Amino acid sequence: MDAVTSAPARIILICSGKGGVGKTTLTANLGIALARLGERTVVLDADFGLRNLDLLLGLENRIVYTAQEVLAETCRLEQALVKHKQEPNLALLPAGNPRMLEWLTPEDMQRIVAMVAERADYVLIDCPAGIEDGFKNAAAAAREAIVITTPEVSAVRDADRVIGLLNTRGVAPVQLVLNRVRPKMMASQEMLGVEDVTDILALPLVGLVVEDEQVIVSTNRGEPLTLNGNGSPAAKAYQNIARRLRGEAIPLEDPSKARKGLRARLMNKIRKTTGLF
Amino acid sequence: MTLFDFIQRLLGRQKPSGTMAKERLQLVLAHDRSDLNPELLEQMRREILEVVQRYVEIDIEEGDVSLETEDRVTALVANLPIKRARPLPALVAAAAAVGMAQAPDPEAPQELAVPLASEPTEDPAPADPD
Ligand SMILES: Nc1ncnc2c1ncn2[C@@H]1O[C@H](COP(=O)(O)OP(=O)(O)OP(=O)(O)O)[C@@H](O)[C@H]1O
Ligand SMILES: [Mg+2]
Repeated sequence: MDAVTSAPARIILICSGKGGVGKTTLTANLGIALARLGERTVVLDADFGLRNLDLLLGLENRIVYTAQEVLAETCRLEQALVKHKQEPNLALLPAGNPRMLEWLTPEDMQRIVAMVAERADYVLIDCPAGIEDGFKNAAAAAREAIVITTPEVSAVRDADRVIGLLNTRGVAPVQLVLNRVRPKMMASQEMLGVEDVTDILALPLVGLVVEDEQVIVSTNRGEPLTLNGNGSPAAKAYQNIARRLRGEAIPLEDPSKARKGLRARLMNKIRKTTGLF
Repeated sequence: MTLFDFIQRLLGRQKPSGTMAKERLQLVLAHDRSDLNPELLEQMRREILEVVQRYVEIDIEEGDVSLETEDRVTALVANLPIKRARPLPALVAAAAAVGMAQAPDPEAPQELAVPLASEPTEDPAPADPD
């Protein structure tokens, strides 16, 4: 990463309100996908209490310093940024370590993000769950946000709270990722549909990620799905989100309405009218 | 979906759970977004009905005041079927009673409504020095 700055960095908060809906998985995959597209990307783990981003990226053994040491000037920023071996355009910066008792203030967050932004095209901030101090700190430096939710009542309700907070903070644009979509359940209306969620939350959709076992496999390995051109449905979804963020117009396909062959279409129709399977 | 659910749906007895989820969410978000709990809403409903009743006779049972939300905008929607407008003397009394905590009893003879209006209402605020 060199210090040649062109356009100002995109500083994007990845948040959800409810825990466990896929923030960290999205941050890791999106980070790799953007890096592969040639963007200098830094992923910032603001969930320092329960940090996981290092694990998902396979970088858990390489962390020496955190943003705290950088701010305290006990190390330089370059030392704290953990470069990804296979994808050198990507670096991880942990905000702090779990033993830390007191975290940085929102002002600290703004300072560290400003430093990072000088040498990046994208800064992705992995937000902790909840809407308390952890969220407020993580959000302090964000310009735009991606709210991720699953098609479940509790997750959507919490997402709504977060969207309200982002609006009052003037964070914009705020875009939506719908995660863990189960096309069959949606088609038989036993799950909130894509339009239901976008209607309710009134946000533009930037990605749809289906429930995909490969996500778990990749997490086990510490290799995000987007790393090796994995062709799984979730991998494609993450890649598409990266491309949409860069302004490419990639149509969003509702997997519960996917038109395939005549037979599949017929079955879909039967499924929809009867809710049979 | 279980076979039981399926039969219930065929018989039109049960909505698909996705639809129920959407309806429940719309309701709860309307309240979340406005920061009005059901109790406050009920109190507001009663007060609104009181005011409206001074001017028109409404069907209390059918009356409905609720929060609706669309595109992140929450609206207070009142649906109050009007039986008929009140006769003129009652309207005058109602106008005089604006600001009173209590509405004239619709069942009471109209003369009774007038004295209510002569009860001390809120004092006109003393002129503020600044
Ligand atoms: N599309 C998906 N398909 C299958 N599993 C998924 C998918 N997305 C996320 N998961 C799984 O869900 C779990 C939670 O994901 P993740 O840790 O990314 O959520 P989070 O929002 O960061 O959680 P927290 O709030 O605890 O930080 C993980 O086990 C992950 O593997
Ligand atoms: Mg997480």
